Amino acid sequence: MLEATIVTELENLAGKENVLIGKVDLVAYSYDATADMPKQTPDVVVLPTSAEMVRDIVHLARRNRIAIYPRGAGTNLSGGTVPLKKGIVLSFQKMNKIVEIDPANLTAVVQPGVVIAALNAAVAPYGLIYPPDPGTVATATMGGSAAENSGGLRGLKYGVTKNYIMGMEVVLANGDKVRFGGKTVKNVTAYDFSNLFVGSEGTLGIITELTAKLIPAPKYRRIMMGVFKTLADAGNAVAGIIAAQVIPATLEIMDRMTIRAVEDFAHIGLPVDAEALLLIEVDGMAEEVVRAEAEATMQVVRDNNGDLKAAETDQERDQLWTARRNALPALASLNNTVVLEDATVPRSRITDMLVACETIGKKYNLTLGTFGHAGDGNLHPTILCDKRNPDEIHRVHEAVDEIFETALQFGGTLSGEHGIGMAKMKYLGDELGQSGLDLMRTIKKALDPDSILNPGKMVPLREN
Amino acid sequence: MAAQTKSPEGSGGKTYYDELAVVREELDKCMKCGNCMAVCPVYGAERVESAVTRSKIAVAEAVLAGELALDDPQVYEMLFNCLVCKSCMTNCPTKVNFDRIMLALRAALVRKNGVPWLKKAIFSTLRHPALFDTGMRLGAALQGLAFRSEDSGRAILPRTPLARMGEKIGFDGERRLPALNDTPLRDRTDEVVRVEGAAMKVAFFTGDSLNYFYPETGRDLIEVLVANRIEVHIPKAQNCCGVPVLVHGDVETARTLARRNIDTFEATGCAYLITGCGSCGGAWQHDYPELLAADPVYGPKARHWAERTYDISTFLTRIVALRPPQGRIERTVTYHDSCHLKKSMKVAAEPREILRSIPGLVFKEMAAPDACCGSGGSYVLTHYETAGIIGRKKAEDIERTRADTVATGCPACMMQLLDNVNRTDGHQQVTHFVSLLAESYRREKSGSRSNR
Repeated sequence: MLEATIVTELENLAGKENVLIGKVDLVAYSYDATADMPKQTPDVVVLPTSAEMVRDIVHLARRNRIAIYPRGAGTNLSGGTVPLKKGIVLSFQKMNKIVEIDPANLTAVVQPGVVIAALNAAVAPYGLIYPPDPGTVATATMGGSAAENSGGLRGLKYGVTKNYIMGMEVVLANGDKVRFGGKTVKNVTAYDFSNLFVGSEGTLGIITELTAKLIPAPKYRRIMMGVFKTLADAGNAVAGIIAAQVIPATLEIMDRMTIRAVEDFAHIGLPVDAEALLLIEVDGMAEEVVRAEAEATMQVVRDNNGDLKAAETDQERDQLWTARRNALPALASLNNTVVLEDATVPRSRITDMLVACETIGKKYNLTLGTFGHAGDGNLHPTILCDKRNPDEIHRVHEAVDEIFETALQFGGTLSGEHGIGMAKMKYLGDELGQSGLDLMRTIKKALDPDSILNPGKMVPLREN
Repeated sequence: MAAQTKSPEGSGGKTYYDELAVVREELDKCMKCGNCMAVCPVYGAERVESAVTRSKIAVAEAVLAGELALDDPQVYEMLFNCLVCKSCMTNCPTKVNFDRIMLALRAALVRKNGVPWLKKAIFSTLRHPALFDTGMRLGAALQGLAFRSEDSGRAILPRTPLARMGEKIGFDGERRLPALNDTPLRDRTDEVVRVEGAAMKVAFFTGDSLNYFYPETGRDLIEVLVANRIEVHIPKAQNCCGVPVLVHGDVETARTLARRNIDTFEATGCAYLITGCGSCGGAWQHDYPELLAADPVYGPKARHWAERTYDISTFLTRIVALRPPQGRIERTVTYHDSCHLKKSMKVAAEPREILRSIPGLVFKEMAAPDACCGSGGSYVLTHYETAGIIGRKKAEDIERTRADTVATGCPACMMQLLDNVNRTDGHQQVTHFVSLLAESYRREKSGSRSNR
């Protein structure tokens, strides 16, 4: 427990209304969206309203060796915001102002608590978009998604969060406030700090402002769905689309288990004997180009024995999307716990990875469905289990171990977009090796020697 | 599968309302994904995690695990900081029936500690309709002492002494409330309104709000049915629907009211039950069958009426063919979706169809028409500040349409909109959609097909 004087000091720094110590409030900040993770209540929750306030809080925490857990909306899937070592949860829900939209430079300056969808709504009148679109766009914050370097459905063509963060203001563990990057497209001044802090999961510094890159919104789009009798056909279609020099905005895949679950859940007429389904959307600024890309894509689907459906109207487009939108809810309805992984492999190994996931599910006698972003090799093997069945949970852990081992064997990575957090820390050495781990520790110790920022996450320190 | 609607009964015939543990399965469906944050009006206004649905579920889990006490003042405060607007349920990927969790928690609280004395005093008058009726009439007679009339006569504002006393709960000098009417609806009208050559007869469940606060709206609803050649029964013996007590956990009073209402409407011999309030209609469609699920006599009766209860708009457009209105109403109208009408009764297209059918009326959709207005029945009384932040946002969305009238389908929303549009520059007239339809029919009858 914190001493009462610390709480008083926090109240003096942040205002009484921004310091929460009630039991109910502490429970409300003890979890995030990750299943099968330990929960922990913090000692106190502080909702800062300015970077200066953040700086003062960091100084106080550092003097008293108190852990700080920065938090956006708490929608991450790696246990990244659970306050494992108690201390302070620093919630950015109240720093949610869009500071500036600059259409001439195609940039926006935002506070970290701005919700991604709110930024997109604000830039829409200028005909612009902020492309990164994790499944949680309607709730996740800019600060949280930058700290997690979140991805989403448009990664293949438009990239992920790191491609859209041009500059930042960060409060370091020593209390210094630093700014770097900015509105210029080119900037090679000093180290590329933005790319150090994007994806640092709150372990190196606390983001207090962001400069985001915007792009013109695509004017035309076409969507189609291909249903395949074999996984090999689906995998060949993915390769074929890329070989035809089409880069779709969205190229999603669902396996048999997911297709069946969606059909049982939403009754949209999917063939339940299909082995795989691809949802493909092409977009662009010129109607002619988009049409040509759509036609090329449809040809590839047909050439690979796919049963093709293409949307002509917005309503049909929405219907095709229904399948993908329902993938997670449909799977989740099968049991009380959803272990959602994001093992990622090079695109050419997608079919191998889908087969491997199915085999692993059978081997451990688990309900496992896989869907995900075929275009960028980012798959979501999803295990549905009963959290009150210790034997099943044990098998889940074994299966997850094997999924990651397989992904690495295929030249892939532990996480495409969810991050390491608590959930994958133990696998980190398998991908990075000892020298990689040492590099992580060196950087962490240089920037946060007392380990007060999000301790217990991402970097396996010996004292953790 | 698991996501389909389940019977409220758990093992051993216990319902959510009788045994808190029955909601465990419902709690288990929550992934803590946080999608509720995108739509929860209370979270939108307060911006702290404890305001949002998933945290209330986490607290419910902690209560069931014995880590928090149900009657801990902080738990109690959190449980009641919810509008029960069901917005979260429309955005929930795993279809958690959060309204049931919330009501089960509140019912468990009442089982543990009883109904707090103030609420008890109010609710006991509901149990005794005559006493409640006297109280409402007395209120109508005495309101002049505490409230002054607005110039238009449509609303009342608190007089200075009350305004000073009541600032905390929003009775400041600017608060607009509907005037309590000195003649309630059910006293103004015959119990049966007959029509020459009636095609059908229906029973009208007025609810308390239409009876006491908005009797003209109730009268309009009856007129509209009559204009469609439908005989209307308005039984005087009907009670409050029970939602106001149910949301505070007083399950037994709610059950008593439900049984009495069922008896009263059975006696009418009508084929359909019509409502003009989303909460009342939702009670008949969903709450009664769940409350009375284990009752061998009233359970089947409740299910019978659930299938025959319609909002006036659904009835006019889906059960009978609405007689197209001819009288011109030259107004620009926007429509607010009442939460209980849209999210509980699933009524959204029908009122819009009715409005669009009125000659001369220009319909303009507002942004987020189904965002909660912040009323939540008694929530606006107990959480006036948060309700005001939510209400102001709604008023701004209304204002941006440049409409001169905002229509809705629920009297509780009408009260909240009345207060909030008058706190912005909009000053739109607030009305029930049925009143616009009634006005159109009246104009065609009086021959004036234009309102100039």
